[in-house]
Amino acid sequence: MKKVKIFITLKEGVLDPQGKAVQEALQANGFPDVADTRVGKYIEITLPNEADVALEVQRMCDKLLANPVMEEYSYTVEEGIRS
Amino acid sequence: MKFAVIVFPGSNCDRDMYHAVKDGLGEEVDLVWYENANLADYDAILLPGGFSYGDYLRSGAIASVSNVLNQIKIKAEAGTPVLGVCNGFQILLETGLLPGAMLRNEKLKFMCHYETLVVERADTMFTSGYEKGQQIQIPIAHGEGNYYCDDATLDELKQNNQIVFTYKNNPNGSRDDIAGIVNKAGNVLGMMPHPERAVEDLLGSSGGLAMFQSVLQHWREMYVTTS
Repeated sequence: MKKVKIFITLKEGVLDPQGKAVQEALQANGFPDVADTRVGKYIEITLPNEADVALEVQRMCDKLLANPVMEEYSYTVEEGIRS
Repeated sequence: MKFAVIVFPGSNCDRDMYHAVKDGLGEEVDLVWYENANLADYDAILLPGGFSYGDYLRSGAIASVSNVLNQIKIKAEAGTPVLGVCNGFQILLETGLLPGAMLRNEKLKFMCHYETLVVERADTMFTSGYEKGQQIQIPIAHGEGNYYCDDATLDELKQNNQIVFTYKNNPNGSRDDIAGIVNKAGNVLGMMPHPERAVEDLLGSSGGLAMFQSVLQHWREMYVTTS
């Protein structure tokens, strides 16, 4: 099996109120150097070995997992996962 | 006229919507569970507020890929009025029936209070009962109602005259104070504020009733012939 690790974040330029609140909390708690904080999502998906990961993941993200209006995504693949 | 209120797991304004049509407007209305729904006989579709699927993934995202939405898309293309309020608006955005997306409120708070809306268009099937520029009191209740779209989409919304309601005092950071928009054809309206919660003075405002009356009026003009 293949494990796909998908990272979804708000597009650069889209205001991230959650990230901003986290950043302010970090700065107030001894991390004044934090220059930017963005909060995103992490999704793991396990696919069979024969799956066309690039095609499948792109379709899943476009259809459901990410909203292309405000989000972008990237992913990594781990091969040889035992089912 | 027969209205359908679509109920998803997690919808919680479905009964308010039902009440607005049944008792406020005095028309026929059914609560329609999203699974195995048959929408063929309905003249208008109402997507109520709430937290469909617990807002998992993104507000409205999972409901937007449910089978009932395929039927709603077909009805929408055929010109049937579709009104999405709050989570219903979020679902319409996620399906692509309306452009844009919802971000968390600018100040991160869930907000639940009356807002003053400005009627930007009184020439839609949803707003003919209002005057252009009229101000109405409609409650909001949302944590993710910060309307976002890119510059090109915003230009398009303006060019096509798709902005129907704006906030007088923007509570959530929405672009250009947008509170509600229609599709290009004018039969799909999404708005964050809750007109169904403002259909009688006893509840604080009846400013939302004219929306339902407008839809009925439009339907009568289209389909009811008088001899």
